[in-house]
Amino acid sequence: MSSFAKFGNELYTGKRSYDFVGSKKIWFLVAAAAVALSILIPVAKGGFNLGIEFRGGSEFTVSNVKTTEASVGEKAVHDVVPGSVPRVANVAGTTMRIQTDKLSDNETLKIKEGLTKAYGVTDNEVTSTFVGPTWGADVTKQALIGLVVFVALATVLMALYFRTWKMSLSAIAGMLVTMFITAGVYALSDFEVTPSAIIGFLTVLSYSLYDTVVVFDKIRENTADIDSSTRRTFGEEVNLAVNQTLVRSINTMMVAILPVGAILFIGAGLLGAGTLRDLSLALFVGILIGTAATIFISAPMYAWLRQGEAPLVKQAQRVKQRRADAAAKAAAAEPAKA
Amino acid sequence: MARTGRNKPSLRVLVWLGVILAAMTAVLAGGTMSGVASWSPKLALDLEGGTQMILAPKVEGGSDINEEQLNQAVAIIRQRVDGSGVAEAEISTQSGRNVVVSLPGTPSSQTRALIQASADMNFRPVLVTGAGAVVPADQRTPAAELPKPTAKPTNASDSNWITADIQKQFEALDCDNPAQDKQERSDPAKPLVTCEPATDQTPAIKYILGPVEVKGVEIQGSTFQLQQGAQGAVTNEWAVNIQFNAEGTSKFKTVTERLNQFYVAAGGETGSDPKSQFAIVLDDQVISAPRSQAVITDGRPQITGGFTEQSAKALSDQLRFGALPISFDIQSEQQISATLGGEQLRMGLLAGLIGLLLVVVYSLFQYRALGFVTIASLVVAGALTYLAIAILGWTENYRLSLAGVAGIIVSIGQTADSFIVYFERIRDELREGRGLVSAVENGWKRAKRTVLASKAVNLLAALVLYFVAVGNVRGFAFTLGLTAIADLIVVFMFTHPTLQQLARTRFFGEGHKFSGLDPERLGAVPLYRGAGRLRSPEDKPSVVRAKNTGAAAEAERRMTIAERRRAEQQEQLAGSSKGPAKEGK
Repeated sequence: MSSFAKFGNELYTGKRSYDFVGSKKIWFLVAAAAVALSILIPVAKGGFNLGIEFRGGSEFTVSNVKTTEASVGEKAVHDVVPGSVPRVANVAGTTMRIQTDKLSDNETLKIKEGLTKAYGVTDNEVTSTFVGPTWGADVTKQALIGLVVFVALATVLMALYFRTWKMSLSAIAGMLVTMFITAGVYALSDFEVTPSAIIGFLTVLSYSLYDTVVVFDKIRENTADIDSSTRRTFGEEVNLAVNQTLVRSINTMMVAILPVGAILFIGAGLLGAGTLRDLSLALFVGILIGTAATIFISAPMYAWLRQGEAPLVKQAQRVKQRRADAAAKAAAAEPAKA
Repeated sequence: MARTGRNKPSLRVLVWLGVILAAMTAVLAGGTMSGVASWSPKLALDLEGGTQMILAPKVEGGSDINEEQLNQAVAIIRQRVDGSGVAEAEISTQSGRNVVVSLPGTPSSQTRALIQASADMNFRPVLVTGAGAVVPADQRTPAAELPKPTAKPTNASDSNWITADIQKQFEALDCDNPAQDKQERSDPAKPLVTCEPATDQTPAIKYILGPVEVKGVEIQGSTFQLQQGAQGAVTNEWAVNIQFNAEGTSKFKTVTERLNQFYVAAGGETGSDPKSQFAIVLDDQVISAPRSQAVITDGRPQITGGFTEQSAKALSDQLRFGALPISFDIQSEQQISATLGGEQLRMGLLAGLIGLLLVVVYSLFQYRALGFVTIASLVVAGALTYLAIAILGWTENYRLSLAGVAGIIVSIGQTADSFIVYFERIRDELREGRGLVSAVENGWKRAKRTVLASKAVNLLAALVLYFVAVGNVRGFAFTLGLTAIADLIVVFMFTHPTLQQLARTRFFGEGHKFSGLDPERLGAVPLYRGAGRLRSPEDKPSVVRAKNTGAAAEAERRMTIAERRRAEQQEQLAGSSKGPAKEGK
């Protein structure tokens, strides 16, 4: 702890400082490239790996199987529906998942029986899910509505809280970057996109904003009397605020990500695909990127949006002037000392 | 600056929190003792095992469904599921568009068909009525006396509809113990043998009905009201009004012209010819069979007789279902075995526990003894959440789903977040050189706003997710919102007052190196160093100095009014007796 506390102290006083605001061009470029990639990857791959909820079809989950062989399950399906192409996968430990096209009630019951026998389990260990073809469209539509409503309300809330649209805009920009990159990671990793993943996704947006609110609060505090101060320019104050909250950002991220990671790695390893894993992957990726986006995108963007304002330009000149004066004074004092 | 005695207000807040927790526990204990609640939260089907169907209502003709119609749809399904004998079924609407049906176990294909089918309302003339019970074998009509229709029936009320088969079916029908699974829908062109189920006031009745004469879709609307007497004065009798459309009006006129003849022939009000009755049949069950006391030419019949406000409303609602033939598409259906549900819950809880442990270890590592405050706060937040879920399970029938469990696990991190924001603020204040008591107060003042703003974001997300949710999102959103509120209560009523108290202990107040608030480790330089000596300007931890040591004096002179005021405040807080510096710019 001692070294971490020291790290925190140095960040707080400014002894140690990372120039997040100054090197904004690099971060913006990196973010732009990442966002572009995140859009291109799914396009190149022909879309996301959509879960059964979006495709429609039937799914069976068999737990505590005696054998994890896929052919057993395929045969069980073929016995009932000869021409079908079932997707059989061992999702975790002794759990098998069998996905097929849409089945009739009767076929579902028969396949359920067949799988029970084939995998040597009891009736209680087979779960079946049926998803109608229009359900996916419905889920997608609702998720999009949720997204738009949330972004709109959050923008208003931010603008009311910070009383400046520039902060609001920067926060939302950071959130959008988070959103795109998280989606990109999903496309790249080929993880299934399920409604649970979408929930995780929407939760990530809230986390991203939450993180930005905390950092911006410090920025606002540091820049409250910027007009009458000649200590630092606006950009420098913003950068100091980010540095001062860096330890908090890291701690917050760690604490948020630990339980999520526990679900992702422990729960999913033992359980396989399901609500918990889908949700936690989106959260895991999103929390990491959300924290980074606040530091590298939202804060520098806010500084950049405001640096052109006339009073701040004047203030920056005053800071420059004072520093030049001080340097001249120091230079004048130097020879006398020598 | 060490111990200055107990802090009364913060103690009072802690006591209040204790009162809230005790009250919630008492409520739940009371509920449990009287057998209506339970200590453990109710589990949703995905954890308990069972079948969940999400149905999209479809109105014939493809028009959109409104909220009232959706509620009617739920009522229809509830009637059908209850009628089919499935216990503990739960039917609710979702997002104002879908109907969610949750059943324990696996429904039979008949139950499924029943749930999906559209409501089917018809008007049929009555041919024969009888008491609801089965006719005992020895009293049944002998084979020789069974009716043998002599001619083709000429109208729907013709007794020639009653064949030997129909008569046998009628006598064998048991309306006191109706069959659990209903068979397929009746043929509208044929006679029907069916029941009117018993109600609180009336026993079950069985009927032989003629073919369908007027269809439910021909109803334009239905209302209920207090009946008006002959002079237009309102009586105490409830009445149900039907309004038919043009086609229905003309059909109904024909029907009542015929039925009214039976009524008049049987002696009006004193008579009792069943053929003067027309039965309103919903899903092949008679819901009402009034007598035709008049010929209705305007398509606006009024049904009266023994209604309470409630029963009048019920009939009127049912008539409107008939006007609205809703059928249902199964959007998604999930049959979850109890084994898998239990397994998922166990794993979810295990993951949550491990996550909690990691958070505990991390906060102890980062915040030393202060980490225990985090742990205690998480425990209080957990207790509040648990009690709330158990109480809501009892009062609102809230059921914890797997997504809900996920919401709780995710919230561990978000709850701990608010403590981190607060603790870091206190540390910042310590770095500024404040004593712990004032650092806690000042840190809180600043952290409070941040915590409120960030929780507002969390709540907003939870609300949006809840209201636009599809599928199992709701459970997640609900617990997320619930825990955000619990977190606020804990931060305000537990964490902050606890820290106020702890700041006055020697261990924390003097900054023990394991307290997590050790000023030395935090690089703080006290403002006041005893013996009347104040720190020199060089000691002041300031970024200005760190960056531009050469410009120190300059910076001091150029202090802004706000900066100077802050410096004064700091000095006063540190117990300085020196007045504010007053040199000019």
